[in-house]
Amino acid sequence: MSYALTTENIKKVFKKNKKTIHALKGIDLQIREGEIYGLLGPNGSGKSTFIRIASTLLIPDAGKIEIFGYDVVKKASKVQRLINRVSVEASFFRKLSAIENLLFAAGIHGISKKEALKKIYAISEKVGLDKGRLHDPLEDFSRGMQQKVAIARAFMTEPKLMLLDEPTTGLDPRAKREVQSLILHMKEKMGATILLTTHDMEEAERLCDYVAIIHKGRIIVKGHTEKLKAMIAHKIKNPTFEDVFMEFTGVSFDEAEYEEAESA
Amino acid sequence: MNTQGVVREMRASWAFIVRNFNLIKRYWKWELVFFVYTIANSITMGFIGKGVEAFSGAELDTSYLILYMLLGSILWGYLSILFEIVAETVAWERWEETIEYTFMAPIKRATHLLSVCGFAILYGILRAGLILLVVSAFFDLDLSKANVLSATGILAVASFSFIGLGMVAAILPLISPEKGVQVVHIFQALLLMFSGVYYEITVLPQWMQNVAKFSPATYALKGMRSAILDGKGFSELWSQIWPLLILGLFLLPAGIYFFQLMEQWAKKRGVLKRSG
Repeated sequence: MSYALTTENIKKVFKKNKKTIHALKGIDLQIREGEIYGLLGPNGSGKSTFIRIASTLLIPDAGKIEIFGYDVVKKASKVQRLINRVSVEASFFRKLSAIENLLFAAGIHGISKKEALKKIYAISEKVGLDKGRLHDPLEDFSRGMQQKVAIARAFMTEPKLMLLDEPTTGLDPRAKREVQSLILHMKEKMGATILLTTHDMEEAERLCDYVAIIHKGRIIVKGHTEKLKAMIAHKIKNPTFEDVFMEFTGVSFDEAEYEEAESA
Repeated sequence: MNTQGVVREMRASWAFIVRNFNLIKRYWKWELVFFVYTIANSITMGFIGKGVEAFSGAELDTSYLILYMLLGSILWGYLSILFEIVAETVAWERWEETIEYTFMAPIKRATHLLSVCGFAILYGILRAGLILLVVSAFFDLDLSKANVLSATGILAVASFSFIGLGMVAAILPLISPEKGVQVVHIFQALLLMFSGVYYEITVLPQWMQNVAKFSPATYALKGMRSAILDGKGFSELWSQIWPLLILGLFLLPAGIYFFQLMEQWAKKRGVLKRSG
């Protein structure tokens, strides 16, 4: 079995206004190639911190993280060739058009303009982007459309590991469904491994093969989506992921979100 | 690095230049506003040169004084635009929230920084030329002796040091999202004070003259003034060229090195993304 991502005891502490925040308290994960791995947790549980570490944007205080066998800290440039990321904010030069933003992203990944244009047109069709709007400034796009451009940007570099940090947060139900379909498409047609962070229980259930629940910087439980539910089936009839979360953390998801917001 | 790697880095470099050009194109109205502001400053400096005779009462070579002040102002405008573009490598991307995407791209940081600096130099030279053209309409400038070629040569040699200083300046917004950009202005002001932008450094106290020796702007200004005002050729400006070469040789790699060092620090502290 080959792994796309493995971590051992990853820790991260932030010091903010004389306050010490233990964002990650020893994370151990193994993500198999080709699966959609869900990191499920309330806001402030450490999901985005973990994604940033995997994206080479944050250096952990302790522990080891490898992507396709490359140490993320020591071999950052090798890792950067294998990954891409879509975050909750679409993050573009808002005054520039979609195509200018996409060509810039292609350029800094070493893709030629000719090749990039070919990819952009092909991917636009897949993600449902109107070609006629590719020359419009990003600031004129809806949130859902911006997120589709962000997904196109990530697709373009054909990453072996896609890091999706709450890609559907803030989207309307229709845009959310479209983005979720794209994630499934990405796995099926491109064979990409996907690490998806979300606080949306239904999304995790719909998309993920394997899920780890993170709470207060710790992995509370991990396992196959169906197996996790089966673990509490003797207690609750037709359990949901919300029930799984409550069973293992002792608090409801809403309470956990409130607690994290209070302590932030 | 293999050929494929070099090609990738060159494509990335071009992508930065095109992006910056596109951004300037999109924000052209603001560019125009700042251009007018720089011209107003340059014209003011020109009139200060012209006014010296009136308030000193002495008979002076006014044309020389005007050009002396204008050259200081134009070079200062060039330096300011260079620092602004390079410092905004970090600040602008943080504001647009694109910084993490740029910093996780598989390219060398040196390619990233040198491309932004390359664009800044080309844009700065174009802008300086346009400013000279516009202000010359306000004054009867005597450019008959000017050796434009050697002035351009001095600017080209000085640019290596200026890029190095620009990279050091770009560190400030990296380590302080809140105040970094403002501190870049302080950095510029110190350069202005020590380098003799509007005066000969000989008027400074001795300790300030000693500091001025470490500023590439001191030699760039002296060299450009000698080329434009006295018509000196490039080979006659060796006393300005060699310090610029030495400073460039030190400042350029030092700028890249310290930026990378502070990037690691920002990644440890988690301040790469935070918006100010």
